[in-house]
Amino acid sequence: MKLITDSRFANPDAAFVALVEARRGLTVEHSADLDARLVLILANHIGDADILAEAIALAKAGSETVLADCKSCP
Amino acid sequence: MAGAGERKVLFRYQYRRSPDQDRRTCARHPVVIVGAGPVGLAAAIDLALRGAAVLLLDESDRIGAGSRGICYAKRTLEILDRLGVGEQLVARGVTWKLGKVFLGNALVYAFDLFPEGGHKMPAFINLQQYYLEQALVERASALDSIDLRWSNRVVGLDRGDDGVRLTIATPDGPYAIEADWVIAADGARSTIRDLMGLGFEGLTFEDKFLIADVRMAADFPTERRFWFDPPFHSGQSALMHRQPDNMWRIDLQLGRDADVETEQEPGRVLARLRRMLGDRELSLEWVSIYRFNCRRLARFVHGRVVFIGDSAHQVSPFGARGANSGIQDAENLAWKLSAVLAGQADIGLIETYDAERIQAADENIGHSTRSTDFIAPRSDAERRLRNAVLHLAQRAEFARRMVNSGRLSTASIYASPLSTPDEATFAGPARLGAPIPDAPVTTRDGRAGFLLERLDGAFEVLYVKDGARPNVPDGAKLTVIGEDIVDTTGACAERLDASPGATYLLRPDQHLAARFRRFDGEKVSKAVNRALGKP
Repeated sequence: MKLITDSRFANPDAAFVALVEARRGLTVEHSADLDARLVLILANHIGDADILAEAIALAKAGSETVLADCKSCP
Repeated sequence: MAGAGERKVLFRYQYRRSPDQDRRTCARHPVVIVGAGPVGLAAAIDLALRGAAVLLLDESDRIGAGSRGICYAKRTLEILDRLGVGEQLVARGVTWKLGKVFLGNALVYAFDLFPEGGHKMPAFINLQQYYLEQALVERASALDSIDLRWSNRVVGLDRGDDGVRLTIATPDGPYAIEADWVIAADGARSTIRDLMGLGFEGLTFEDKFLIADVRMAADFPTERRFWFDPPFHSGQSALMHRQPDNMWRIDLQLGRDADVETEQEPGRVLARLRRMLGDRELSLEWVSIYRFNCRRLARFVHGRVVFIGDSAHQVSPFGARGANSGIQDAENLAWKLSAVLAGQADIGLIETYDAERIQAADENIGHSTRSTDFIAPRSDAERRLRNAVLHLAQRAEFARRMVNSGRLSTASIYASPLSTPDEATFAGPARLGAPIPDAPVTTRDGRAGFLLERLDGAFEVLYVKDGARPNVPDGAKLTVIGEDIVDTTGACAERLDASPGATYLLRPDQHLAARFRRFDGEKVSKAVNRALGKP
């Protein structure tokens, strides 16, 4: 595993807020466009196909759990 | 490509009754090639130049309009030059090497396919396929060992252990022949493939594309122009290429739901073209609607039947990998089959055609699939990511590298058992298993020329002078750099990392099979045997 999943931001709350504020006021469509660009920019910054594959796997595993959780939502 | 569209006749050839049709017993031919398109013709000429007698059959008696394959890549031109038609095709074609990609009206990026000088052949020429076919027919007709029979359609095929029996329909009725080897060069809708019940593995894309030849006097620059979402063709892509004779090739993406019949109506096509080209004098010479395939046969060699070109593999046109790879198939098979026919190699050498050209086909299919997926994303989610790349490309270099409007054809570097692994390290662009890079040289009498012109289709030992001429194995030709040819510009030294005594073994298809820092007769001899598939 090359992907680092330990927390790396000195201030994680601030990093999350930066991502939130980037999409504040955007429609779902525009926000999805923004995310697509962010993914490409950050993936290139990392520049490692193995890490990218691990990140994709982690993100996909996550989405399955979320979907499963949602099904059990009231 | 599976397309429709009427084609007018440009060149017509004569059916002639052959003596084989009047024989009591079946005639037997060493090599029968089915299909006189560019790939079958190239194979026939290459085999004939190597001493084989070739029977070439074509179901038609004409060459029709429609540019079809238009972009011929440097490596293909080098092969065609060895076959004797390269210079005339370059003179007739439009030489280009610049490409531009637009998003809407904005230039996203421009590329130069071949900034390096000192090569005989350009990066690319554009030329209507019918001119290539015409030149190859003329060349084939000048060779006595090629028997070219028009209006000869294969309708039956029976495979034996050491040959194939073909039934052929003609205007005079059917006849049969036997062949030691059959080369199926009969295109995407191959009859031979159908007769053998062979299917493809791969993809068919949903999007439909309109392809047109437009004749007009226009001063657009000589470069490949590709648009994503242009104002004249909103939401789709467009491609424009210059051809000779004031002919322009236009490809327009139509999407998944386009109707093949209505989209070919001239009024509708012209309206689309006018939005792109403006209100100018133009005439529509040819139009067709295509869906693209990226697929291949599981194997190209089936006993004594060998598939080459579109009969074996198909790609989308983005990247110009169809006709180019077909001609490279023909070259790969021709020297191997002629070596087998001449008893210089065992039949196992033909298996290496399968391995090497399947490697090439997979590269081509991979590139072509990725290009087609970028140009015609399969879902809204995929389109969103594609569009993100295009938007970022105007601002960030990494995204420009991801923009994929077609990765243009380059020669394959064979990872092949025929290559002798390097013992020493070599710098420079030459790669084991790849065609040797061209370089300017002068001959002993001071005439300027190119390295590749000096290679005439035999096994070639290229030796950098360091004392006396070495003795090379039987069947190989020796060229001494610094004696037979002079490296006046230093390009050989740089491109081959050549030092005095360095020795390069080239296969008959000019691919590098082995290289050594010093000449060693035993090692060179072993490398020749290895390149012929001998243990």
